[in-house]
Amino acid sequence: MENRRAIVSVIGKDQVGIIAKVTQVLASKEINVLDISQTILEEFFTMMMIIDVSDNEQLDDIRHKLQTVGDEMGLKINLQLEDVFQAMHRI
Amino acid sequence: MTRNIGLHEMTETIRMVQMENLDIRTVTIGINLRDCTDPNFEQMQERVYEKILQYAKDLTKVAESVEREYGIPIINKRISVTPIAELLGQATVEQAIALAKTLDEAAKDLGVDFIGGYSALVHKGVTKGEQTLINALPEALSVTERVCASVSVATTKTGINMDSVQQMGKVIKEASEKTRDQNGLACAKLVVFANPVEDNPFMAGAFHGTGEGEAVLNVGVSGPGVVLNALKRHPNPNADLGSVSSVIKNTVFKITRAGEFLGRVVAERIGVPFGIMDLSLAPTNALNDSVAEILEEIGLERVGTHGTIAALALMNDAVKKGGAMASEYVGGLSGAFIPVSEDNGMIKGVSDGALSLSKLEAMTCVCSVGLDMIAISGDAPATTIAGMIADEAAIGMINKKTTAVRVIPVPDKEEGEIVEFGGLLGRAPVMGVNPYGSDKLINRGGRIPAPLQALIN
Repeated sequence: MENRRAIVSVIGKDQVGIIAKVTQVLASKEINVLDISQTILEEFFTMMMIIDVSDNEQLDDIRHKLQTVGDEMGLKINLQLEDVFQAMHRI
Repeated sequence: MTRNIGLHEMTETIRMVQMENLDIRTVTIGINLRDCTDPNFEQMQERVYEKILQYAKDLTKVAESVEREYGIPIINKRISVTPIAELLGQATVEQAIALAKTLDEAAKDLGVDFIGGYSALVHKGVTKGEQTLINALPEALSVTERVCASVSVATTKTGINMDSVQQMGKVIKEASEKTRDQNGLACAKLVVFANPVEDNPFMAGAFHGTGEGEAVLNVGVSGPGVVLNALKRHPNPNADLGSVSSVIKNTVFKITRAGEFLGRVVAERIGVPFGIMDLSLAPTNALNDSVAEILEEIGLERVGTHGTIAALALMNDAVKKGGAMASEYVGGLSGAFIPVSEDNGMIKGVSDGALSLSKLEAMTCVCSVGLDMIAISGDAPATTIAGMIADEAAIGMINKKTTAVRVIPVPDKEEGEIVEFGGLLGRAPVMGVNPYGSDKLINRGGRIPAPLQALIN
């Protein structure tokens, strides 16, 4: 299986437990977090994670679970395959 | 191994998508229908339907899953087919209308937004099948929902077929009348072209040209909002124009790379070759997703004022330069669109009296595509509409570029009133036309001969 990575982005109001809840979903699916960082984007708290999704066929399910966490906390959580970021930002 | 994507780059992409309306406007699958001809017309309808299904059956499903996986919206799924006039042969007008319904049905069954190619190429002469299609247009466009039509009346190589120009003036009036209760909506699905291209993914003018293969996937990306915001973020609001051009180039490069990448993924999954990227900035009525507002950000108090064409030329050229570098195969129309009803800034320009029909015409000299989605008063005579078509065709013919007319004479509406078309088609203030006639020119008929520009061998 090829090496496949995805980017999880969380945008919204900063609050206690964001990283905990997101990583809990990822851990339950045995997904390894490769990198994690956060910043403020246009006044919103933004967290990005690069995760390893090689051999993982449950992306839709994970995406759904993350969205549920997002809805509970009033955050926008997305999971996107990394290739498109590579296409846009690397020649 | 590629280098890690940095936080700044991640946030840039996410900002483009979530805050600035970056999207893939359309993935359009072009399908050859020439092998569907059959002496038995019903048999042909069936074959057309089957062939479209064969190639496009997974288009919607695949596009939606790619959209989900990569987190970049793909707004429209579309189909373009061989110009239908080529299939009509001895068919009657009623049969031609029935075939339009077949296309509409296929589009609906597949969940695609539009199907283009109800078209005829008559820039030099008109075959029997083409005449049948043109006669069928008003009815065909009013009884179908998703079928888009185009007619080519001029090319640089052939000159302008003024007989067809005259006829298209009448067809547009008739189509408008037939959809009187929808503000002449049928006309929003009809484009009259000069120098049309064979691989255009955008509607209403998409068709699968004769130079194309069996099936192909073409992509149109969109991002006026992204370009506008990139300009707004420039640290120096008075940066010189070279720097403005640079910002646009850099931004469009990234947009195009995203579009081509996703287009290739879709093409691979549905099993057809990737065709081209169309580098067009296509506006929508979403907040800030406006070409006019980019021009205003460059430095116009209101779009349409003096300097508009210079700003547009700069923007259009920068889009091409950035995009050309980003894509393996560039094609389609590849130039900024300036539809009035689909662009809030253009609507405001017209409402404020800054943007006139004449200025819009002039703007089409330096960008794609032509007088687009412009509502005009319902009492404009057919010969006046034909005159507008002739003017645009002349601009296209002499400048060796694609031009087009998609105007909507709105029954019972007069200059200044606002009409709603709905969805991506938006809303438009009705514009007045020149009160003086062009009847004699139009009624002379014949052809405007091919210009000197055609004689290049």
